[in-house]
Order: sequence, then C-alpha cells, then structure tokens
Amino acid sequence: MPRAFTPKVVTANALVEGDVVYLTTDDRWTRDLAEAELLTDEADADLRLLQAQARTSEVVGAYLADMRPGASGPEPAHFREAFRATGPSNRFHGKQSEGLRRA
Amino acid sequence: MYRYTEFDTAFLAERNRQFRAQVERRIDGHLTEDEFRPLRLMNGLYLQLHAYMLRVAVPYGSLDAAKMRQLAYLAERWDKGYGHFTTRTNIQYNWPKLRDVPDMLDALADVGMHAIQTSGNTIRNVTSDHFAGAAPDEITDPRPVAELIRQWSTDHPEFQFLPRKFKIAVIASETDRAVMKSHDIGVKIVERDGARGYEIWVGGGMGRTPMVARLLREFLPEADLLPYLEATVATYNRLGRRDNKYKARIKITVHENGLDAFRDEVEAEFPDRRAAFTGVDQAWLSDIRARFVTPTLSERDAAPYYAARVTDPVFRAWADTNVVPHRHPDHGIVSISLKAHGATPGDASADQMRLVADLAEQYGHDDIRVSHAQNLVLPHVALADIPAVHAALREAGLATGNIGLASDIIACPGMDYCALATARSIPVAQGIATRLEELKIEHDVGHLQIKISGCINACGHHHVGHIGILGLDRAGVENYQITLGGDASESTAVGTRTGPGFAYDEIVPAVERLILAYLDLREGPDETFLQAYTRLGMAPFKSALYDHEARAHAAE
Repeated sequence: MPRAFTPKVVTANALVEGDVVYLTTDDRWTRDLAEAELLTDEADADLRLLQAQARTSEVVGAYLADMRPGASGPEPAHFREAFRATGPSNRFHGKQSEGLRRA
Repeated sequence: MYRYTEFDTAFLAERNRQFRAQVERRIDGHLTEDEFRPLRLMNGLYLQLHAYMLRVAVPYGSLDAAKMRQLAYLAERWDKGYGHFTTRTNIQYNWPKLRDVPDMLDALADVGMHAIQTSGNTIRNVTSDHFAGAAPDEITDPRPVAELIRQWSTDHPEFQFLPRKFKIAVIASETDRAVMKSHDIGVKIVERDGARGYEIWVGGGMGRTPMVARLLREFLPEADLLPYLEATVATYNRLGRRDNKYKARIKITVHENGLDAFRDEVEAEFPDRRAAFTGVDQAWLSDIRARFVTPTLSERDAAPYYAARVTDPVFRAWADTNVVPHRHPDHGIVSISLKAHGATPGDASADQMRLVADLAEQYGHDDIRVSHAQNLVLPHVALADIPAVHAALREAGLATGNIGLASDIIACPGMDYCALATARSIPVAQGIATRLEELKIEHDVGHLQIKISGCINACGHHHVGHIGILGLDRAGVENYQITLGGDASESTAVGTRTGPGFAYDEIVPAVERLILAYLDLREGPDETFLQAYTRLGMAPFKSALYDHEARAHAAE
C-alpha cells in the first residue's frame, strides 16, 4: 500500500522583504500560515509548487512544507516550520510581533 | 587602527555601485535568483529563515569609535536596533530588506567597511588575536600581517572559486587566543636566531570532520609569506575535491594526500610564486605598518584602580574576570561581556554599541576589538580609568563579570535564525547561563568554556569547547549531543562524545549535572574543569550524565 500523503503548503521567502510567505488558494502570497492553501493531494501539490516556482520576481526558494490540518488552518508538522511561522524564540521579532501568529 | 587609502575608498564605491545595479536588476526581473545568488553572497547577503541577513566584515576584529557608531546606525536605521557579533569576529544584521542593502553598504563604505568575501568559496575575513597590540606575550602586533593577507586575498582573481570557503588566522604569541589551529591556514609569527618569520599550520577546521591543524612549515622567512600562502592555496585549489561538499575543505585535501605529499606539492609550486612577487609584498607590508596607528601610552598612576578594588567588591569581582594585564604596566585590557545571563550571546543594541564607542574614545585610544568568543574588548585602558569604564558599562547592562567562566558561552544563531541549522542553540545558552546565575556557582567553578552549535557545521565551535553541545534533528525533535575535553587554546584538542544526546528540556539539567560533578571531583579550586577531565577521563562525567537518568527510570 502506498504511504499516506502528508498534507503540504507551498512556502517561500518574499524577494524584497525576505520574510516567510505561503501560497493561498487564490494565488496570493500570505504572511499568515492560517491563510495558506492546504494541499492534500500529491499531484496537486507538485503542480502548485511548479506554479509558485515560476513566480521568480515575487519569491525565492519555494518548496513544499509538511503540515497538519488544524482548527484554524494548517499547522507545522516539524519544528523548523513552526519557527518559520512564528519567529525566533530569543526575541519577540518576526511574525509573532506582527500579530500574524500567536507564539 | 589601520587607515585606508584612496584606492580602498574607490574600490568600495565601485563595488557598491555594481551591487546596487545588480539588486535593481533582480527586483525588476532581469536577473533570476540563480543568477543573483552568487552576486549577493559575494557581498555578504544571505537569505535566512525569517529574513535576509547581512554579514559585515570586521577585519581581524578591529574597530574604532566611528566604525562602531556606524554599525549602531545601521542597526537602528535598517534593522531592529541590534547586531550580532559572531565567532568569525564579524557582525550580522538579521532583518535587512533587499532594497535597503545597497544603502547599508554605502553607509558602511563611509567608514571604510564592507561585506566583501564574508561568504562564498573565497578567503574569508582574516582573524587574529583580540588582544593584539596590547598583550604582554606577543612578539609583535600580528594585525599588519593580517591586513597584508586581507589585501592580498580580497578579490584575488585566482581564489574566487575555491573548492570551499577558506579561513586564515594570524597570531604572534605562544598563547593562542584566536583558535589558530582550527583554521584552514594558521600563521604564527615567530623569531628564530633573531630573525622574524612564520610557523605555517594547515588543515585545521571544525565542521562534520573536525581536525587540528598540522605544521606545514616550521620556519618561513618573513619575505616569503605571501608567495608561500599563494602556493598553498593554489595547491589546494588544484587538489581540493569539488565532487563532495563535505570533503572539499583543505583539511580533507591534506588528510587524503598526506601532509608530506601536500607539502611537496606546495614546495614545488613555491619558486614560481616567489619569483612573481619580486618583493613588492614587503613594500606593502612596510606601508601597512606605517599606516597602522598604534597608541602611545603614557605613564599613569594606577592607585585609583587598586583603591576601587578594595572599596567596591562588585568592581573587584568584575575586574578579576574581565581585566587582564596590558604590556604597559599602568594599563589593562578590558573585555566587555556580551553574555549577560539570559541574553543572546554576541548581541549588542545600538545604544550599547554607541556607549562602547564613547568609552573607546574617552578612555581607550579609539580602539575596539571583537573577540571570537563574541565579546568586545577595549585593549588599551589606563588602570586609573577602569573604575569609570566599569560604572558606565554597568548603566548600559554591559558589566557582566563572566569572561572565561561557564556563562561566557559561544553559541551560533541556530534555528532561531539560520537556514542551515538543525536545532536551536541560543535558548540553550540562555538556559545554561540563567541556571548558573540561580545557583551562583560560576565563580567557584572557574574557567570553563561551553560552546554550542545548532548544526554539524560547528559555527559555535562545539568541538573545542571544554563542554561542547551540538544540536541535531532526531526524528523531528531537537536533540543535543555533548562532547567533553575540547580545547580552543594552543593545546588545541577536539572533544569526545559522551554518548546519547539529550532532549531540548533535558540539556540544561544535563550540563548542570556535569558542572556539579566537576565540583565534587576536582582536587581543589585550582584544578579547572578541563584539567579534572584530563586527569579522570570520561567515566565519572558520563556517570553524572547518564546514571542519573537510569536512576530516575528505576524509580518510576
């Protein structure tokens, strides 16, 4: 039996600001993980990644990140993505300070 | 402090003009990221976890007040009001915007600073002894030689695409304060039969395969330095592996070819290189020496210093750790700890930077150093002025008296910032320092170096920590391996792993158990942690780390 597909979001860093962004269903880049499109189908995820990677004047380094479905949108499956979605733990900077994520 | 020439100024201006145009072409879509990435890295601009990061070179860790004030200005104008001093004696800004970076580089150029070759497979910032020019045991100030190497290696056309990055350190004393033997090339200025020359060490490094440098040339005559370095780097450029990033450093080249075979290749390369130089480098060196302004120190009555030691126990405790003898007996070398208990190692706010600049101007002959241990140094302060310096530092939260103690921890940025990290390191350092402060034991513990890296690349020097901590990702959770017995001094040694790693919430208690075990095991207060470990070996420390766990499990 094939392994179950872990849900994903498309994420990258914004070209000018450098901060973490996520692809939404309506093709926007959002700063808030809760607004990201959760991709539950592998072929769909690969296609969305290719589309995102073509937007080279908007973002850098687009990739698929593992997520879990949560009550208010996707939640990181790995701690690295949790830090990307929140900000550093030693200073109240980044997304947590911009009200985009509750630390 | 070295004074730059008009050539340097024009060079930086042209370089910044080019980069500004490259940034514009990237933003308007004429350059792809694949095209732009090597260009931004050449100018010290990384893309990290949450933002861009600009790494600014501080050549051999030397700053003056004007440079430090400009670093503070950058922090406030384009970042979040602080900067992070690194183990390579550079400073990093964690939150710049791409569009602002050309302006930041122009502002740096106004004070003769830049971010060139702080990334990429080039010869990186040359490091040196942070007590250079002040240490009683040095035979000469090593920084003119470091500056000569900086000038030679900057934009060196042959060495812009080495197999991997390349790091050089220069020292001039028996005591090694620059971790010289952990560099790709270590240069030690020595004297033999009255003649000045160099010991050349090669193939040191940390990373996933830590190695202590080996002696390539026992005595290199003074005039042969640059041709010999060039022969060495050229040999590495030719023999070094490009098929595997993890085997690409010169330490692997030396290891795989053998030191003797590598030396033979260097010696075979040397004559042509020597002939090409025609002595021009020696003219550069004497010119650099002339442009290095070293302060003339006057005789000063040191009585106020000794009086303050008697009347003020806080001052005395701070001075015991943070002030060391200067070669001028009326002066001291003052280390400013960037390791307040619970703070981020190496971070300084713009206000703190400006205060240090003021103190350097008022009391320190306009001289400031960055140490590889992520602290700052005022190398020339009259003993009589040190009480006033201490009082000013206290008001700015910079008077932590812990240099060389267990809370003076080196930590890389780790997963709080770094895109390569596998685990966090800063909060582990914060946790250990906070716990030590609660226990009030670190002055009793004495000299103990804890060094933490958040990945195998070992930017936090964990291999040479008396206690080294390496953060890894084990099945999706942070896990911390401990090594013991590493040594960053002239008796450089790589630490030995204790055994299985510890979870994030277990690592601080584990380090506490090690330190308490040392206090029980030592023969007396004069026996340091490292000495006790060398005498006793791993067994009792391993027991302190793991038997506790076994006991806890048995009790469940």
